Amino acid sequence: MPHSASLHDSDTQTLVHVRGITKSFGEGETRISVLNGVDLDVVMGEILLLVGPSGSGKTTLLSVIGGILDADEGEIHIEGQSIANLSPSAKTRFRRDNLGFVFQQYNLLPTLTAGENAAVPLLIRGVPKKPAIAQAADMLTKLGLGERIHAIPSRLSGGEQQRVAIARALVGEPRLLLCDEPTASLDGDTGHKVLEQLQRVGRQSDRAMIIVTHDTRVFEFGDRIVHMDDGVIHMVQRHGDKAP
Amino acid sequence: MNSIALKMLFGDRAKYLMLLAGLTFSTMLIVQQGSIFWGLMMWSQSGISNINVPVWVTDPHINQVEEVKPLADTAVNIVRSVPGVEWAVPLYKGVQRARLADGNFQQISLVGLDAATLLGRPSVVIAGDIQNLRIPEAVALDQEAVKRLGGPTRMQVGTVFEINDQRARVVAIVDVQKSFQNIPFVYTTYQRALSYTPPERRKLSFVLVNPVEGVTPEALAKRIEHETELGAFTAEAFGWKTISWVLEHTGIGVNFGTTVLLGFLVGMAIAGQTFYLFTVENLKQFGALKAIGAHTGMLARMILLQSFTVGIIGYGIGVGLATFFGLTAGKGGALPYMETWPLLVGVFIALLGICGISSAISIRKLAKLEPAIVFRN
Ligand SMILES: Nc1ncnc2c1ncn2[C@@H]1O[C@H](COP(=O)(O)OP(=O)(O)OP(=O)(O)O)[C@@H](O)[C@H]1O
Ligand SMILES: [Mg+2]
Repeated sequence: MPHSASLHDSDTQTLVHVRGITKSFGEGETRISVLNGVDLDVVMGEILLLVGPSGSGKTTLLSVIGGILDADEGEIHIEGQSIANLSPSAKTRFRRDNLGFVFQQYNLLPTLTAGENAAVPLLIRGVPKKPAIAQAADMLTKLGLGERIHAIPSRLSGGEQQRVAIARALVGEPRLLLCDEPTASLDGDTGHKVLEQLQRVGRQSDRAMIIVTHDTRVFEFGDRIVHMDDGVIHMVQRHGDKAP
Repeated sequence: MNSIALKMLFGDRAKYLMLLAGLTFSTMLIVQQGSIFWGLMMWSQSGISNINVPVWVTDPHINQVEEVKPLADTAVNIVRSVPGVEWAVPLYKGVQRARLADGNFQQISLVGLDAATLLGRPSVVIAGDIQNLRIPEAVALDQEAVKRLGGPTRMQVGTVFEINDQRARVVAIVDVQKSFQNIPFVYTTYQRALSYTPPERRKLSFVLVNPVEGVTPEALAKRIEHETELGAFTAEAFGWKTISWVLEHTGIGVNFGTTVLLGFLVGMAIAGQTFYLFTVENLKQFGALKAIGAHTGMLARMILLQSFTVGIIGYGIGVGLATFFGLTAGKGGALPYMETWPLLVGVFIALLGICGISSAISIRKLAKLEPAIVFRN
């Protein structure tokens, strides 16, 4: 592992290590290159916001880091593990054991209760149903949904549904949480509250989060704000830096 | 994940009921039609099964049991001389006319049994004594004959009526499998049957044969054919010969075959379609499961569990409904309905096929599904 040495070279430990990522879609005439050499490090305990204009490649980058899309070139290490080198089934297992996902459209299973939806990652890992649901209920309670454990998604508000999705993402104690516009389907206030809860429950010293967002009002939750444009990172702001 | 899979299935009420209805209908249709078909086939060879002897000897060119090609009386003795024959007795079979009290005529299928042994006599006797066939003028009626010749109040043990203008006295009432043409059976002795019928040179319809111990019916039938000019068939082979003749010379096979195929295709179409829709509508959710770390094998297991669960429930209800139909509509043998376990097994396999193909289509879709779609809005 060529980069393992750099993981311990400071008091902050690198969780995600991305170098020279390129990705394009299509062939010949219709080929568009979406990522044009992305370098990025994310350290433990960090909340990193990924912002940029529509089409700049944020979702693509998140998918590549999450191992659900293969990059054309470059390397990605998560906790020292090279993602590109994993077989498809090992990649699936890696996601199951190390990653959590939050989507804009929640993607909850419509006929399952909040508790069951939140328990899904544990069930996939083979945890028996009872303890899995109990753990999921704990997580929902932490997110303020203790009363809605038995409700199905269609009975929940958008903000509640997204909190169920966040509970689902966090229940398996993932090392890395990847969120793509988690507040885009919510109104401003609700979005703000949901993110507030996400960072309160989700921030851990041995975990990192990457959150793609358009919402400038949630910038306060980020430790760093990474600006993307045209498939490259062109600016990194630290929390408290002046906006450009 | 199994309980999750089942909740996904049952939770989508509309599609679940649609799937269930399709599979139930399909099962019911196939079982019902298959049973009626098989019932008809059993009726078509009831002339053989009602007699219950191992080997039948008759004209070698015979097509089926209801077609009588009379032999000379000497055939009985010729057959008796073949080694391996324990006993051989004559049987008369022919359609005759019985006269009813009101002067109307009714066709009957007259069966003449060897008087000494009464071999081939019906096994279920409802009233009277079949042994009394040996007394003068005696006949036995099946229940259909009782019905057609005037009903149970008129036709009882002791009632006298006429067959071809000769007296016949009822000594027993028996229960046998109906015939395909639905002509009622009247039993008597061989000699009396001949006396009821107009004079002809050849009247012996069949020779019924039993092999000695150690000789199989198959071997004996072969030997009889080899050593005589006669045709010999085991009861089973003769039954199949009759069934295949009926299938060839009537539209029954095509008719029922078409319905059964239709039932299969309709079930297939509804189940496949609904199931596919179910999968496509949940594609993003399945994609999310994949992103979260469920591999395709796990999703495939969920799909299979869903489809086989609804399949087995549909099978149960469908067989239940068809059986209920058979028990009510087919009561007392009014309708040919014979639900056999090979049919039920066959339908079960067909149903598993429907479920298997339906889920295979969905699983293919899921296997190709890129989890990255979950991020597309
Ligand atoms: N599977 C794909 N096939 C073809 N083109 C794609 C595919 N996925 C993304 N693209 C293209 O790549 C470009 C970047 O897409 P991406 O979704 O990463 O942008 P984004 O920064 O997330 O934008 P938004 O803010 O609108 O979500 C877009 O032009 C998009 O059309
Ligand atoms: Mg995007």
